[in-house]
This record gives sequence, C-alpha cells and structure tokens, in this order.
Amino acid sequence: MADPMRIRAQMAGDKATVRVLMSHEMETGLRKDAAGKVIPAWYIQDVSAQLNGKPVLTAQWGPSVSKNPFLQFSVRGAKAGDKIAVSWKDNKGESRTDEATVS
Amino acid sequence: MSLTPWIAATLAVALALAMPASAVAQQKTTAQSIAEYRQMLEDGNPAELFEAKGEDLWKTPRGPKKATLQACDLGLGPGVVKGAWVQLPRFFSDTGRVQDLESRLLTCMQNLQGFNAAEIAKTGFDKGEQATLAALSAWISAQSKGQKMALPQAHADERRFYELGKRAFFFRGGPMDFSCASCHGEDDRRIRLQDLPNLTKNPGDGIGFAAWPAYRVSSGEMWSMQRRLNDCFRQQRFPYPGFASDVTIALGVYMGVNARGAESIAPALKR
Repeated sequence: MADPMRIRAQMAGDKATVRVLMSHEMETGLRKDAAGKVIPAWYIQDVSAQLNGKPVLTAQWGPSVSKNPFLQFSVRGAKAGDKIAVSWKDNKGESRTDEATVS
Repeated sequence: MSLTPWIAATLAVALALAMPASAVAQQKTTAQSIAEYRQMLEDGNPAELFEAKGEDLWKTPRGPKKATLQACDLGLGPGVVKGAWVQLPRFFSDTGRVQDLESRLLTCMQNLQGFNAAEIAKTGFDKGEQATLAALSAWISAQSKGQKMALPQAHADERRFYELGKRAFFFRGGPMDFSCASCHGEDDRRIRLQDLPNLTKNPGDGIGFAAWPAYRVSSGEMWSMQRRLNDCFRQQRFPYPGFASDVTIALGVYMGVNARGAESIAPALKR
C-alpha cells in the first residue's frame, strides 16, 4: 500500500489553491543499481482531481516527473467545506486516492 | 548630418547607463535564483511526507518487544517531543553520554523496542531501520520548527564535547589536507553556486545546523544531520566516521552551540 498524499486546499479569492504532495519513487526505468541491473520503471501515469465528486483535472504523467512529486492547481467555483479528492495510478496498476476539505 | 553625432552621443549615454544596471541584475540572478527556487518549493516540501511517516513510526508498536517510542526521553522527559530537537545534542544521565537525536533514538529503539542499535548503526542510509531513523528525525525536528537553537552547556561532558568538536572541526587531514574549517571557517565562501555558511559562529536563522534534517530535491532523499556529516567526511576524503559516533556528535555540539539563538527551520528543503 502506497503512503498517503498530503493535500492542502485553501480559498484564495474566488478560487481554491490545491497543493498536493505524493509519495512515490518515480523510477524512470533508465537507472541501474549497484549490480548493474536496470531498475524497472515505476512511475505515476494518471492523475485526476475531483471537486465534490466532479472531475476538475486529469493529467497524464511520465517518467520525467520527480520523485515525491508536488502538484499545485487552482479550482474555480470551489468554496470552503468542499471536498477535493486526488487520485493517481502508476504503471504497475497501483493507485491511491486521498481527500481534503477546502478551508 | 548634424544630427548623427547627437544620436551617437545619446546612444553612448544610454549604453553607459544600461551597462551597470544589467551587471547588477545578473549578480542578483545567481544568488537569488537559488533562493527563488527554494521559495517555489517551500509550499511543497516533500519532507512533510517523511514527517507523516515519522509520526506514525513513533506511535506504532514495533520491534521484538512490540513497543512504541512514546516513552522515549529526548532530553525533556519521556515522550516530550516538542522543543526537544533544538536542545540536542545534550548529556543523558541514563546512558552517561552526550547524544544527538539519532544516537538517542538508537538507545530508545534498543531499550524500548528491542532492536539491535549496533546493527542499525552499521546499516546503509535509507535501508531497513535507517529509513525509520530518517523519518523519525524529520518528524521530531518539525516539532521544534521556528524555535531557537538552545543547546545546553551545563554539564561538564557537554563542554568537553564542544571542545572535542572544535578540534575535529579544525583537524586537517586526508589526501586533500582538508578540514571542515577549510570550507566553513570564513564568511562568504561558496562551492559552485551554493553559499557555504561560516559554522565557527552563529550563521543566522535557518542556516547551517539550524537547517538540518532536510529533504534533498536532487536525490529525493531525507537527510538527517548524521548523514549530512557523513557526506562532509566523504567530500574531505576522510574515512567513514561511523553512524552516531562520538566525533559526529561532538561536531554537532560544536555547530549547535555556535548556532544558539538561530531559528530552526528543520526539516528544510535543499536543492
């Protein structure tokens, strides 16, 4: 089971600023270990965000995104108390969804 | 025709004015772009992920004895975490040693949880229980964020370790004839574009000792002070000092006491 994300969602004017930290190795598949063997690729491929269950963001990621990625975006029309859910799915099929309340 | 010299003169003046301005702007970019980069990442310091892990590890029963670390005394009494980091390393009467955070955690993990401290000390960074130590140090240091470094010097051993640390700091050796002081003994030194703090005095809020543990973006790793020191030894081509060894703790006392009054920003973010 992957480690939880850290999600903060704060109102700034009429938009909510959402900051997400994901815990992921993001292996490119190009690195080799000490024994010279290729470390298999392992990275997040799909990212999506929902505001009260309604999709507001989808993204396709690749191996060039850093380890433990940070994602920040604004959501128009959000208000305090709304639920922001963020999900990711990696190339091994593993996924994780976490939720935060807009403050 | 008569206008040409006037235009040329105007251009010359304009150039003369522009030159120093652009030179200043360029100087700013080198020093400030790093600060700017850090600021951009400040809201998303992945050290937070390690803090969450560390808090969990502190409260979860683990090890052969299936115990939590909540009875661990970090210097302010059993289980007191808030404010402990800015007073470490310090003398502990139960072990009769001056200990930094990592060596103290090893003591707790051995006594409370039944782990083998010597074995963990020999484990490579980020492997096995060393990963636990990194996460714990992230969380524990975060509980003192914003507080001022306040290492005690009341015990004779704490003062002895300060003197030991000072000697280690100025000790020159290795194939490069380096000491810590070669790079960290003067103001305004740099390695490539990184400013090097002068650690023989208080380098200021959130600089040097007050900025570790930290998350290193370039390697995606959480580094405790022990790991930072280990890397300093490596860069000097010194032999590995040994995890939680007395010399590393003494250097911690020396830098920490020098930094007294500086605000701790740990766990910080490094490039």
